[in-house]
Amino acid sequence: MRRIAFSVFCLVAAVLALSFLLLPILAIFLRVSPGDLLGKLDDGVVRDALVVTAVTNGIAFGITLVVGTPAAYLLATRRFQGRAFVLTLCELPLVMPPAVAGIGLLAAFGRLGLLGSTLDTLGVRIGFTQAAVVLAILFVAGPFYLRPAIAAFETVDPTLLAAARTLGAGPGRTFLRVALPLAGTGLSAAAALSLARGIGEFGATIMFAGSLQGVTQTLSLAIYRQFDVDFTQALAMGALLVVLSAAVLLTIKLVPTWRRSSSTSPALFAPSISR
Amino acid sequence: MAALVFDVACPLRSFDLEVALEVERETFALVGQSGAGKTTALRAIAGLVRPSRGRIVLGEETLFDSERGIDRPPEERRVGLVFQEYALFPHLSVEANVGFGGRDRVHELLDRFGIAHLAPARPEELSGGERQRVALARALARDPAVLLLDEPMAALDAHTRAGVRAELQELLRELGLPTILVTHDFEDAAALADRVGVIAEGHVLQLGTPDELVAAPADAFVAGFTGGNLLHGFARAGPDDLTEVVLDGGAVVFSTDRGEGRVGVVVYPWEVSIAPAESVPTDSALNHVSAPIASLVTIGNRVRVRVGPLVGEVTAASAERLALERGRLVVASFKATGARLVPLRDD
Repeated sequence: MRRIAFSVFCLVAAVLALSFLLLPILAIFLRVSPGDLLGKLDDGVVRDALVVTAVTNGIAFGITLVVGTPAAYLLATRRFQGRAFVLTLCELPLVMPPAVAGIGLLAAFGRLGLLGSTLDTLGVRIGFTQAAVVLAILFVAGPFYLRPAIAAFETVDPTLLAAARTLGAGPGRTFLRVALPLAGTGLSAAAALSLARGIGEFGATIMFAGSLQGVTQTLSLAIYRQFDVDFTQALAMGALLVVLSAAVLLTIKLVPTWRRSSSTSPALFAPSISR
Repeated sequence: MAALVFDVACPLRSFDLEVALEVERETFALVGQSGAGKTTALRAIAGLVRPSRGRIVLGEETLFDSERGIDRPPEERRVGLVFQEYALFPHLSVEANVGFGGRDRVHELLDRFGIAHLAPARPEELSGGERQRVALARALARDPAVLLLDEPMAALDAHTRAGVRAELQELLRELGLPTILVTHDFEDAAALADRVGVIAEGHVLQLGTPDELVAAPADAFVAGFTGGNLLHGFARAGPDDLTEVVLDGGAVVFSTDRGEGRVGVVVYPWEVSIAPAESVPTDSALNHVSAPIASLVTIGNRVRVRVGPLVGEVTAASAERLALERGRLVVASFKATGARLVPLRDD
């Protein structure tokens, strides 16, 4: 009797949890007909937001991969004093509230910030420009790539890297031909996660870059701007972001099966981040 | 000048590796227990570990010289290192693995090692013996001037070992490359190497041919390592110009070696003969140990018989003829010439 009661309790909990998580997502699509949603997307505000989102995320994602990958490789393969501390620093932005990220970016790059006057004399103004959006995304979403990327490189057997060196490959070729392919699965998952986080970035961006249509207003910011003006349009953009997020998630799930050859398929979220 | 001069010091966790070796066109085995510094020595030659001082010269080329500030990176050393677990690239085919270091000779090497049919296979699909052949082919594809083998047998299961050992023996002879292999198994070393160095805690205790090590082990460690029985006792001059050793258990044995005070008595299993206790042997052996058989282990056509502190080796046929079995009282005998006295290390 007790066993059955417990099973029923678990089942009810599961149904409750799933319904609660799915309901808002379904509501976005069910409240207005698909035709109306699509129609609402054909609008200047949405088009501008889409372009700003694509451009800023494209740049930030590129920088994340180009800078983050070698940085992660170095942090994963070198042992040095204070390494644990450095790794924890990489994790800090992951748990930091977005508002703190925003105020921090202002304090660093804003006109009155730490580097603000230096940038000012160089004629560079960052606050409330597209560059600010890129910086906000880099700061908030970058660690979502960097930390699991370090974990992915750590799973590569150092003996294989040593073997490549004894077979005549310099450090660069060893990285490209051995480390990168073997960490590939983990890196792709990390990249997808970081991209999804970047596309959804809101708090730091609105504080540091503002919400100027066609300049700094990304889709997330446009939803916030529109929801008391045109709720249906906000819903439409919400639907668009849900589809984008789902696509990213699907990529993460499918990548390991495409890349059967890789040695690892690290657990996607928690373990690689908390390590 | 030797093909490879290796004279380095390298700090390890609890002691320093300090080894000086000159290796010719021969197979040299460094044997010792795990953690003795064997693998570090190989990695230093390959450039994967940086010694704290010393020099490594391969042919005409100085790979490392602490005084002259020379330290060539691994990719610039003509060294073929076969790792213990082979370290094949799991994401590359056999062909791409072998071709990683040099594409020119890939097909020749695949043919030579009889693995051409495995060219498109991934390492995970191969057996232990096949992996070893791929690893050897890969190391040779770069046309190395020295071949380094790290525990080449350790990753193999018992029944492939014998076959692979014979193959490897054949291959090393054909190659005629200076080769250093490290192993914890003296039998492997004796089968494969022209010369053997026994290493413990970073130092080479004795260098010589396998026969030399067995005939005259420098100390108790080498004796034990080469497979000898080691008995502890107290030596003093005995009758007939022999040395009399009172063993710790109270028994007395005689040796033709000279010694005094605390010594180790080394007796190799093949110098011990076993006879039923009823028929006290009247042969030339001076030393007899009478005890029940503690264990019998059959290895192929030989049987290892443990009698008291001694392990003797007899043929399977003899074991059957004498009806040896556990618990049976027997006499283990060995000649005074077969009892070698070695110094004991402080313990």
